Amino acid sequence: MADRFPSPFEMPTPPGAEGWQDLYAYSTVFSEDRREYEDATFWFMDGVHTPEVIPPWDATILEFAIIGLSQYNTRHYVIPPALGVDLRFLNGYMYLSPVGVSDPEEIGARVPEFAERAGYYFQNWDRLYAAWMPKVRALISELEEITFDSLPHREDMAVITEGRGTGSALDLLSTYSRLVDLTLKLWHYHFEFLNLGYAAYLDFFGFCKQIFPSIPDQAIAKMVAGIQVDLFQPDDEVKKLAQLAVELGLADRFAGSEPAAEVFAGLQGDPQGDKWLAAWEQASQPWFNFSAGSGFYHSDKVWLENPDIPLGFLRTYIAKVQRGETLERPMQAVIAERDRIVDEYTDLIDDDEDRATFGAKLGLARTVFPYVENHNFYVEHWGHSVIWRKMRDLGRVLVAADFIADPDDIFLLSRHEVPEVLFDLYHGWAVGVPSRGPKYWPREMARRNGIMNALRNWSAPPALGTPPEVITEPFTVMLWGVTSDSVKQWLGGAQDDGGLTGFAASPGVAEGPARVILSADGIADLEEGEILVAPLTAPSWAPVFGKIAATVTDVGGIMSHAAIVCREYGLPAVTGTAFGTKTIKTGQRLRVDGNAGTVTIID
Amino acid sequence: MAQIVWFENYQPADAAVLGGKNSSLGTLFRAGLPVPPGFAVAADCYRKALADGGLSSKLDALVAAVDPRDPASVAATGQLARTLIGSLEPPADLAGAIQNAYAQLCGRCGDQVPVAVRSSATCEDSPDASFAGEHDTYLWVRGGDEVVRHVLRCWASLFTDRGIAYRLERGYGGTSAAMSVGVQQMVTPRAAGVAFTLNPTNGDRSQIAIDASWGFGEAVVSGEVTPDNYLVDKVMGTITKRTISAKTLEYRLADTDAVTAVPVDAERQSVPCLTDEEITGVAKLARRAEKHYRCPQDVEWALAGSPGGAPEVLLLQSRPETVWSRRPRQQGGTGIADPITSMVQTMLHPVTSGGHAAHG
Repeated sequence: MADRFPSPFEMPTPPGAEGWQDLYAYSTVFSEDRREYEDATFWFMDGVHTPEVIPPWDATILEFAIIGLSQYNTRHYVIPPALGVDLRFLNGYMYLSPVGVSDPEEIGARVPEFAERAGYYFQNWDRLYAAWMPKVRALISELEEITFDSLPHREDMAVITEGRGTGSALDLLSTYSRLVDLTLKLWHYHFEFLNLGYAAYLDFFGFCKQIFPSIPDQAIAKMVAGIQVDLFQPDDEVKKLAQLAVELGLADRFAGSEPAAEVFAGLQGDPQGDKWLAAWEQASQPWFNFSAGSGFYHSDKVWLENPDIPLGFLRTYIAKVQRGETLERPMQAVIAERDRIVDEYTDLIDDDEDRATFGAKLGLARTVFPYVENHNFYVEHWGHSVIWRKMRDLGRVLVAADFIADPDDIFLLSRHEVPEVLFDLYHGWAVGVPSRGPKYWPREMARRNGIMNALRNWSAPPALGTPPEVITEPFTVMLWGVTSDSVKQWLGGAQDDGGLTGFAASPGVAEGPARVILSADGIADLEEGEILVAPLTAPSWAPVFGKIAATVTDVGGIMSHAAIVCREYGLPAVTGTAFGTKTIKTGQRLRVDGNAGTVTIID
Repeated sequence: MAQIVWFENYQPADAAVLGGKNSSLGTLFRAGLPVPPGFAVAADCYRKALADGGLSSKLDALVAAVDPRDPASVAATGQLARTLIGSLEPPADLAGAIQNAYAQLCGRCGDQVPVAVRSSATCEDSPDASFAGEHDTYLWVRGGDEVVRHVLRCWASLFTDRGIAYRLERGYGGTSAAMSVGVQQMVTPRAAGVAFTLNPTNGDRSQIAIDASWGFGEAVVSGEVTPDNYLVDKVMGTITKRTISAKTLEYRLADTDAVTAVPVDAERQSVPCLTDEEITGVAKLARRAEKHYRCPQDVEWALAGSPGGAPEVLLLQSRPETVWSRRPRQQGGTGIADPITSMVQTMLHPVTSGGHAAHG
């Protein structure tokens, strides 16, 4: 078995992708300038958030996310053994490297600072968290209010009469700049509570493992998991709409397979139909600002703009209502089960002191966990949906000016190039001469599309460089599911017998035929009883969990979004198998053991 | 004095004359656990028969003369004591009572019902002494006369070499020990074994560890076979670990109507001997025994019933787990109540997930 992964400097550029580095910020690619450091460092591919190649503008959000995480560890809360997470793009894929603090003295010196800062948040959690929700909603409103318009032929007369003294191009430039700043701010908010939430959860997790060394991971998760989680609200809204459609006698209007636009047009004008459409409208804001992917790609389909996705789920639910099945999650039963689990483990603790500690740690974990579960909807789904939408509006301005052919081409620009492009537009408009853009960018976009296609075909290795002896950074373990063991597994490749191991993310055992799905577009192919095998699953795939038998993912730990949803839906899941989609072929029979974290290919 | 005590009539006051094993079976039977039916012959019968046969003082003198550090001396005494008891004529009233009880058991379970005849030693000096494995058990005994004969063999087994050594080592006086005998219906199990209501490798109270192998449980209890091993979480009911071993030997009922050890066919050796449903069934049974006694248990179980049918798990024995239960609580680690200090410790010593730890 090798003791290290290939060096990033050994990675060839895929044919046709020459020059890809120029599409990303100069500080985010491997270079001779930092070769010694970069070569001696361990990098893992972030398949949890970005399993596919990352378009240049999309890299913005990833840089903001990672820098937000890093600054909270390093500069806000002074996490004793961890600094930030370093980031590089290689052949269009994102590689991360958690940076630890190794000197015990330095760790010790950081402890009092951490105690003071994190302690303040833990002690005032309810008050601070109560302020978070309005804060993030206000931020999203600000994003929603952003508009991008083409530069006018003449400045409005009001600019003259009011003596404003500035022009539209300045607004265009500064609005773009505000969009970028708000995006960064959104990611600051994201990490205000998350690191601390995980720290408290991991503390409870560690204590459980100490008193019950063999306790299943999902038992711990179940004791902490919330009952009402905003992340499930979009799905719940679709269920309510299905119920309403049946109540209003509209079920047959959804019976066919017409696209949403046609179905909705058919409902218009009919009093019952209008009533249902109004309910749909109401539910969709904000809940259909919901991405079918991880939310980190502009191409992830958002329900609001792709009503065919929720409509597909709606049809499944209508059929269930008609068969007399209940759609509501059995809340009382879920609560009772959670209480039973807590009571029984508590009973098994002999020592009074340990029992008290268990109760206190569980209490704190439950206090912090709603944030861990809920933030995702507000940031990755709602916030990102608005950001992608506004960027497309700006793309339309460039389309109107003949710079680009498709509004989505704007995502082939890095965030630093956009002001330059806008300035070219501005220059032509102000001077009254042709901008260079209409000649330059169509040619350049063709080249960049070629690069993206070449990168898409590259198979990114799971990791690069020299792995550390132990993985200690809490996020790496919790969110990315990268542990010392998974590193060992990656180095050794898949098991000889074709079996896979990963995290026992959701309990139960299931057998069935595999369906390998590489992107959100494929989920419509899933058939009843199949086992979903995917690089990762997005929470928004929730409605397909009603028909599949189990889930296997390449990446993700027990707190990955996929694991949370699978537990909620009572499906066995094994996450973080690293090689699932590479090893398993659609149609093969699998046995998925969500208790042991193993996947066996039966034939 | 009651000579015969049926398991269903057991009272805690009977413990002194029924010994640990019979008392435990009576207790579990009365608690509604699936213990095969049977009865106990009280230890008083043993004492009376020895007194009637004039052996009591003779045996005391024999044992008093033993040098516990000299195995040859122990062996010679044991041999003589067993011969003396073996030559006893069973008192007619006792033989009648045993035969009568056996006939009643046949009435409940079927003609010529096979029974296990088990030693259940008592000790006035130490009512809690376990005597685990010191005395003999006879399997698959049929017929009233045979049952009576084996009751006497159990009496004699009070003087096995290891039994004598055990008592001397612990300083239990010669006559304080006596022998009660259990007579219990036997079934032919598909698989059998033991279960601990904690994880014996780390003392984890949330787990049930099951050792299981084909046929009668003797193969597992004696350690002649490497059993399949399963770990079940008590609270979640999930099977958290399974290790399938090559089970090379099993105790089966031979054509001679006796239980004997035979090799297992090669293709059956590495087949898991329990289904998931059966594993869960064994775990639930062990958990019930633990809940009844309110402390970790070490149980023997057997799986009856036909393959494919609903698993019928029988409880053959349950006694307190002794290794981990007596160990003092571990201190230190991350069990720190102050959340900040504890979080720092957790970050410095990350805990990997169970799924990976089990396969790493």
